[in-house]
Amino acid sequence: MAEKEVVIKTNKLTKKFGDFVAVSEITFEVFKGEIFGFLGANGAGKTTAMKMLIGISKPSSGTANIAGFDVYKNTESIKKSIGYMSQKFSLYEDLTIKENIILFGGIYGLNDYDIETKCNGLLEKLNLQNDADKLVNSLPLGWKQKLAFSTAIFHMPKIVFLDEPTGGVDPITRRQFWDMIYEAAHNGITVFVTTHYMEEAEYCDRVSIMVDGRIEALDSPENLKKQFNAATMDDVFLMLARKAKRGD
Amino acid sequence: MRILKFLLRKEFLQIFRNKLMIRMIFAVPVIQLILLPFAANYEMKNINLCIVDHDHSEYSRNLTYKFTSSGYFQLTAIADSYKKALKVIEEDRADLIIEIPEGFERELIRDNQTKVMLIANAINGQTSGLSVSYANSIINDFNSDIRAKWIQIPRINPQPMIEITTSNWFNPKMNYKYFMVPGVLVLLVTLVGFLLTAINVVKEKEDGTIEQLNVSPIKKYQFILGKLIPFWILGNIVLSVGFIISYVVYGIYPAGSYLLIYLFAAIYLIGLLGFGLFVSTLAETQQQAMFISYFFMTIFILLGGLFAPIDNMPDWAKILAYLNPVSYFIEVMRMIVLKGSGFMDILKYLGIISLFAAGFNLLAIFNYKKTV
Repeated sequence: MAEKEVVIKTNKLTKKFGDFVAVSEITFEVFKGEIFGFLGANGAGKTTAMKMLIGISKPSSGTANIAGFDVYKNTESIKKSIGYMSQKFSLYEDLTIKENIILFGGIYGLNDYDIETKCNGLLEKLNLQNDADKLVNSLPLGWKQKLAFSTAIFHMPKIVFLDEPTGGVDPITRRQFWDMIYEAAHNGITVFVTTHYMEEAEYCDRVSIMVDGRIEALDSPENLKKQFNAATMDDVFLMLARKAKRGD
Repeated sequence: MRILKFLLRKEFLQIFRNKLMIRMIFAVPVIQLILLPFAANYEMKNINLCIVDHDHSEYSRNLTYKFTSSGYFQLTAIADSYKKALKVIEEDRADLIIEIPEGFERELIRDNQTKVMLIANAINGQTSGLSVSYANSIINDFNSDIRAKWIQIPRINPQPMIEITTSNWFNPKMNYKYFMVPGVLVLLVTLVGFLLTAINVVKEKEDGTIEQLNVSPIKKYQFILGKLIPFWILGNIVLSVGFIISYVVYGIYPAGSYLLIYLFAAIYLIGLLGFGLFVSTLAETQQQAMFISYFFMTIFILLGGLFAPIDNMPDWAKILAYLNPVSYFIEVMRMIVLKGSGFMDILKYLGIISLFAAGFNLLAIFNYKKTV
């Protein structure tokens, strides 16, 4: 890991809505294959920051470079290189599992042969071969999330952005979900994940903690715990988040 | 193009999986086309008539008989004074009073002219207008009848009279269904095209799936075409179902060419779908989209010339009617169905509707953003 390839690089990235500064001059780098945890209380600006990075929200100032593309000029190129899974579960509920996979495969420009073989592989991996023709809305939430994640990385993006992917999911499924994240990272996909669950923060290679639109801390979980002299990430987070002026 | 193929496949899968949608597409035109033209009846029959006959003569009885035998009026009350007749109207038992003055027959024979008073219940302006005009034509008829009789027994030299005969071109029997059905069909196509598109796109906003598409490499035009093409096809299906019903139930088929109607409908639908898409960019929830659509649909319908002729509208309303794409399709539909107008006749309207189509779609494209 001597030569770390930088896949996300921001410099004083800012988003203002009128007088309200949602994201204030955040500067950080994310390396290839890393699992980068993006933490913060509700309203700290995580989702706004992420929307700028994936090219659906124009920054007010500052620069950002995603997978080698500029967020101002090359949003369309960025979109080809990333996967995204939103807070809101967003596969088509009235399409079957297979139809969803084919749709998103097609949208990201995969050819029919790739779609077919990869789709079968994926169904097998998720143990959903017999459910391929079931409507997505008939699946339990945990399965939907796993499927949404698999769909988000189906086209092998350089980076996958996950916005609170495990909300409302039981601990066992959450654990399985993280196994899938590890596997993706192992395959060279950079994972950028926001979460509320501090135990999940421990699974990340590095985490940043946002308070009131600013990044207050950024390091590996071990270093952060040392730096703040805390036993768990939970304590670190509470120490920082208590300083927050804006609430929920 | 490949992306578009996937989007279209998705859209059709969703449409045909939605049972309510399928019902809307086929049942709505059937029910509305069968019910509405029968209900929205412009012909008036059985207008309640109250007669105040102060003359009690042969002529006054003849006039009364003429009214009751016309088929349009039924005698519901006979009053002996104007005051009592007014009471009948107040009780809503009569739509029209005819007061025949004393000396009606005498004056008519002696002076060759006399007067009859008509009082119409104008609670419903349209009914009262029609009943007065029916009454006028019956009295005219009565007038020419007695004059014909007098000529047979030459007594006085009648003034030369102009007899007015009317014949209704393009709809000789004045069958109002010929008038209504094409118009109702236009409204149906409008509803399907405009409302379904708006709701469909807003549903994706609500479900969050549109965000998922926005972070993908789908181009704006691909997204818009992916939405327009399926609903364009649906609109044409509704139009065709409507034509089949018009023929089977009413025996109505265009005097002109079907092809020309479909040509116009093709451009019209592009415009309306663009407008639906525009509405979807304004609304965040399906509820909002419904309200905005309802607002526009009401204007489209009331200022479309289906129920009230545009020529009768005040100037400011005429301007609104000219800004209403629905009014052009209703006009063109009637021209082709009733008159058999050809391509050159509707060229002007084709031009106008093309402008609408271009305008609405530019508006939609301009307003649809892939960013938030």
